[in-house]
Amino acid sequence: MSHALRQSHLPEAEWRSELDRLTLSLDAAALNWISGYTAALARERGGAYGRSEHRPQELAPGFGEAEASLGTQARATVLYGSQTGHGRRLAEQLGDAAARAGLAVRVQSALDYNPRELATESVLFIVMSTHGDGDPPDEARAFVDFLHGRRAPKLGKLAYSVLALGDSSYPKYCEAGRLIDERLVALGGRRLSARVDCDVDYERAAGAWLSEAVIGASAELGVAAIGSARVRALTPLSAVSSDPTRQHPLEVEVIANQLITGRGSLRAVHHLELALPAGRLDYHPGDALGIVHENPPETVERVLELTGLDGHAPVSFDGRELPLHSWLRSERELTRLTRPFIDAHRSRAASGIAQMTALDIPQTWQVADLLKSVPAQWTAAELVVALRALSPRLYSIASSRSSVEDEAHITVAALDYSNDGERRFGSASRYLATHGEDSRLQVYIERNKRFRLPADRSRDVIMIGPGTGVAPFRGFVQERAATAASGRNWLFFGARQMDRDFLYQTEWQQALKQGALHRLDVAFSRDQAERIYVQQRMREQGAQLFHWLESGAYLYVCGDAANMASDVHAALLQIVGHHGGLTPEDAVAYLNTLMGERRYVRDVY
Amino acid sequence: MGELSAIERIKAASRGLRGTIVDGLADPITGALHEDDAQLLKLHGSYQQDDRDVREERRLQKLEPAYSFMIRTRLPGGVCTPKQWLALDAIARRYANGSLRLTTRQAFQLHGVVKRELKATMAAINQTLIDTIAACGDVNRNVMASVLVVESAAHEQVQLWARRLSEHLLPRSRAYHEIWLDGARLEDTPGAMPEKEPILGRTYLPRKFKCGMAIPPSNDIDVFSQDLGFIAIIEDGALRGFNVSVGGGLGATHGEPATYPRLGDVIGFLTPDQLLRVAEAVVTTQRDFGDRSNRKHARLKYTIDTRGLEWFVGEVQRRAGLTLEPARAFHFASSGDQFGWRTSADGLDHLLLRIPSGRIADREGAPWLSGLQSIAQLHTGDFRITPNQNLLIARVAPGQRAPIDALVREHALDLHERASPVRRDALACVALPTCPLAMAEAERYLPRLLALVEERLAAHGLSKAPLLMRISGCPNGCSRPYLAEIGLIGKAPGRYNLHLGSDAQGRRLNVLYRENLDEATIVELLDGLFAKYAAERLEQERFGDYLWRSKHLPLRATA
Ligand code: SRM
Ligand SMILES: Cc1cc2nc3c(=O)[nH]c(=O)nc-3n(C[C@H](O)[C@H](O)[C@H](O)COP(=O)(O)OP(=O)(O)OC[C@H]3O[C@@H](n4cnc5c(N)ncnc54)[C@H](O)[C@@H]3O)c2cc1C
Ligand SMILES: Cc1cc2nc3c(=O)[nH]c(=O)nc-3n(C[C@H](O)[C@H](O)[C@H](O)COP(=O)(O)O)c2cc1C
Ligand code: SF4
Repeated sequence: MSHALRQSHLPEAEWRSELDRLTLSLDAAALNWISGYTAALARERGGAYGRSEHRPQELAPGFGEAEASLGTQARATVLYGSQTGHGRRLAEQLGDAAARAGLAVRVQSALDYNPRELATESVLFIVMSTHGDGDPPDEARAFVDFLHGRRAPKLGKLAYSVLALGDSSYPKYCEAGRLIDERLVALGGRRLSARVDCDVDYERAAGAWLSEAVIGASAELGVAAIGSARVRALTPLSAVSSDPTRQHPLEVEVIANQLITGRGSLRAVHHLELALPAGRLDYHPGDALGIVHENPPETVERVLELTGLDGHAPVSFDGRELPLHSWLRSERELTRLTRPFIDAHRSRAASGIAQMTALDIPQTWQVADLLKSVPAQWTAAELVVALRALSPRLYSIASSRSSVEDEAHITVAALDYSNDGERRFGSASRYLATHGEDSRLQVYIERNKRFRLPADRSRDVIMIGPGTGVAPFRGFVQERAATAASGRNWLFFGARQMDRDFLYQTEWQQALKQGALHRLDVAFSRDQAERIYVQQRMREQGAQLFHWLESGAYLYVCGDAANMASDVHAALLQIVGHHGGLTPEDAVAYLNTLMGERRYVRDVY
Repeated sequence: MGELSAIERIKAASRGLRGTIVDGLADPITGALHEDDAQLLKLHGSYQQDDRDVREERRLQKLEPAYSFMIRTRLPGGVCTPKQWLALDAIARRYANGSLRLTTRQAFQLHGVVKRELKATMAAINQTLIDTIAACGDVNRNVMASVLVVESAAHEQVQLWARRLSEHLLPRSRAYHEIWLDGARLEDTPGAMPEKEPILGRTYLPRKFKCGMAIPPSNDIDVFSQDLGFIAIIEDGALRGFNVSVGGGLGATHGEPATYPRLGDVIGFLTPDQLLRVAEAVVTTQRDFGDRSNRKHARLKYTIDTRGLEWFVGEVQRRAGLTLEPARAFHFASSGDQFGWRTSADGLDHLLLRIPSGRIADREGAPWLSGLQSIAQLHTGDFRITPNQNLLIARVAPGQRAPIDALVREHALDLHERASPVRRDALACVALPTCPLAMAEAERYLPRLLALVEERLAAHGLSKAPLLMRISGCPNGCSRPYLAEIGLIGKAPGRYNLHLGSDAQGRRLNVLYRENLDEATIVELLDGLFAKYAAERLEQERFGDYLWRSKHLPLRATA
């Protein structure tokens, strides 16, 4: 590495690719370490990128959301907008690395950031994921609105870089990050380094961006040399906590797996109860459980069949050698199509159909569907490389420890549908649906600090959770009962048919009887001629709902991101507009304020 | 008398059968009504049930039981028009489980109506001018009448009296119209009180109450199983009046000897003009003296056995202000149905079809619901449900016989021509999966049991012998099994008590032969008795009579 860096007269592209090659097999923690190390090197060598003069400065710890106070000293700001926590963790890693590199840095959720400060920022990093249908995460909504609005300031002083998180199986890939990046340039900002778009296997790309960010910020802010001992003291983040992670999950036992939709239901929803080893995996209602899963054997079989490849053929990749079927079974995505794969496939396909773009491909298509309709030649090794790494799926925890003790419950809708007459499964949900009692699962906790019951137990809560979106609210209601919360609990639930899709029906009935649940409004879309959804029930109860909000209630939305979340949001705008006598703009502001106070939070997927 | 039973308290607090049914119907969280309202609902003609096949499965699924509602019509004498038939057919397809169920009391039952469609279904039924008022609950139930048709004029008069009696004993509460038919609500009229119930009283009767009218020689209605039975006395083609029978009833409880089936006592004769007065007196006597603390001891039969028949007759005559004449002679030949075509005195044709267990649905190879729909579309007479769950296509217009015959054949409705005697006459109650009280299968099990019995009969050359077999899923005895030559009474899944030896005319109860038998044992025991019967029977002697004569039966009353 030192060799590569010394060759700084090399064209940038070349040393970058050299660097990429060297860092290819390193994990995020190691890359973090290196970023600190190289930042220190840069300072020692007099800041080849330095624009400002470098002054000695105190090390400013920049962990978490603590802000380093350095008087008038220029500092870097790391802003994140994150829904499921990936972006937040990366932002924290950047803050950590920057602090250890001797930079003054603060890390903040976009929710807590006063956007008027933008005008005074000199170095800004933004980590932004995309959710919904190309939307920013909830905590960044107000920030994004401001940025795109008329009040956005000129940003002539600003040097910045954006890390966009996304998932290339969605049509609007990394849209939120991209739009921010473009807007900042339009407002006069200068890119410190190019935006990096990360797919769900973001570690490598994000690590590279992170290193570059530290280097760029150091140069920009002109940080003095710092003792190499300090740089070496940098410890990988994951080792700090003993919490299981997606890389190091914990094995737990399935103690119950019960289908909870009745006969004739078009959805198979399973309720799983997992036994947690005592003391491990402490969770709070609102957190999600990450599940490390394997693809369904049928899915692997079909891909082997369609490619004509031998499942036993050994394939080396990423420093490991496994038979092809093992790669396909437990290492690579087969059920979610990604852009890179579609592109790679197209380049191999016969010319006539090569025009097909990712946008022409139905959302429900899996790898097998593409292989089937667009024949192309694959070798085992190329296939493994082209497929995205299999990523764990998240499931809202549907229980509270104060009620179920050393257990965690989840509610899983098993995706099972057909494309062109062939049966298709959702990978993780099928895996879970077929894991019976006594089997074992690899899990970790995905914390969601935004999605928490109010600390003040006398506050009322309104929970909107149609479909499996009701899962976390089962945990909420358990928790509120166990902690004898005096606030009232109001649940909105919706599903297709009352007699077969009313998830946890008898438990809600029980909770109503015992006073653990105070109101329950339900919408069953297929039980009458016209379709009725939760948002209609919310409108019907609009006056009450507004009254609850005005009296300080917290409002939670969980479930389907594609339609429900925006329909519910629209209904809320209408309700606060109508019952609060607000103009449309003021209604938007009302909800943004609620979001800012973390009283309107969403966990949608 | 002890403390009032829970149901008595519910009735008393119900504000004329209203309770909180309306609120319960609107509650979207459950497919059930409030617990107390489910009791009241019976008096509106509907039972809350759940699909017992999936009850345990749904408990595990954290889903409440699959609630639905059974609706029973009030249909005095079992008569309805083709137009009504077609309307009910449509209701069965649209709101219920796609079947019409003919009952042992000559009514229709619809199963599987969900709560949110209950009101619409009730309204739709009422639009047909058939109602469901008092089809269930502690009131006078559907009034039965023989469907015999030969001496038509007198028979139609008996039908008329059945209708009048039914109307006379109806509850006066407007709750029914209020809840189901959007009648003006009691609450909307300031100061309004729930309606007075001059006959039934504010808390209605202590228990269900059943009336029926038999026309000898047919005892198809099993007149001695009725709380209040009337035996038509027809002389020279004219209805002279009725012999009166009181205190019949079949229901019992396993292991409780204080409960038992009882045949009614004939207490005298009355003329038609005295009928309503006497019926009212019987009802009010039972209303005032029936046991309201113990529902298992509340039927008229226990009131009479507790206080004595003589006292009872005296009380009734006092209340009616008359003295009954001595009973007249009558003769019953059979409690079965006369299948096939018959022509009545007025020259009209009638076709009696066999409907196993009264269940009319469209099934593979047996599209009966559609078949009868087609018949109803061209038929100009009426339909009559028989007490044996069969269907009489009555008063067929000249020229319609052939097309009806064709439809019967086309839809495999010609069982009466194909089935063995035992299969033609057998009865089964509903039992599983809808009946909450069922201990064993009945309707769903009957076909299999019949096949086994037929096989044994054939083995002994008895395929042509008439034999009355009835099966009930529990000792309540809804298929009147205590009056069958072979009566099977459910005890547990797959287990039955075997009762033997009635006369198949409704005048002699059978007796408990063996308890708690599985299928193999039942078949084996019957096989042994069939063998002896085949060898030793007298000419024309029925199985039940043979068992008595040959002393194969224990000499104790049935339990
Ligand atoms: C449909 C029918 C049987 C059939 O297969 O046709 C029937 C079905 C039921 N009967 Fe019955 N009974 C039916 C005729 C009878 C008869 C026969 C008769 O009346 O000629 C009897 C014996 C005579 C008698 O009443 O003594 C009869 C004695 C009972 C009893 C026992 C009464 C007693 O005094 O012990 C019960 C239970 C109860 O009332 O507590 C009962 C209760 C029931 C219920 C409603 C169960 C309940 O209480 O929840 C059954 C509904 C099952 C279902 O899913 O549909 N059913 N039930 C008959 C409807 C007649 C009608 O249209 O009104
Ligand atoms: C924070 C969070 C919480 C979550 N909580 C829950 C929860 O409590 N319960 C729960 O069930 N899920 C929950 N999810 C969703 C869950 O993580 C998975 O995305 C889901 O189970 C599908 O994953 P899979 O591997 O089974 O399907 P995949 O293998 O990922 O999908 C297979 C294919 O099906 C397609 N597809 C997706 N949905 C449908 C559909 N409805 N019909 C047809 N095709 C479809 C996809 O496009 C894809 O091509 C949550 C997600 C997040 C982010
Ligand atoms: C409900 C849902 C919707 C998503 N929609 C998009 C999308 O439209 N475009 C995209 O690129 N990524 C999308 N993603 C992927 C996320 O951006 C990706 O998982 C990212 O790593 C999440 O980062 P975070 O945990 O910081 O929020 C979506 C994820 C979820 C759960
Ligand atoms: S006899 Fe028993 S099982 Fe049969 S319908 Fe009557 S109550 Fe139900």
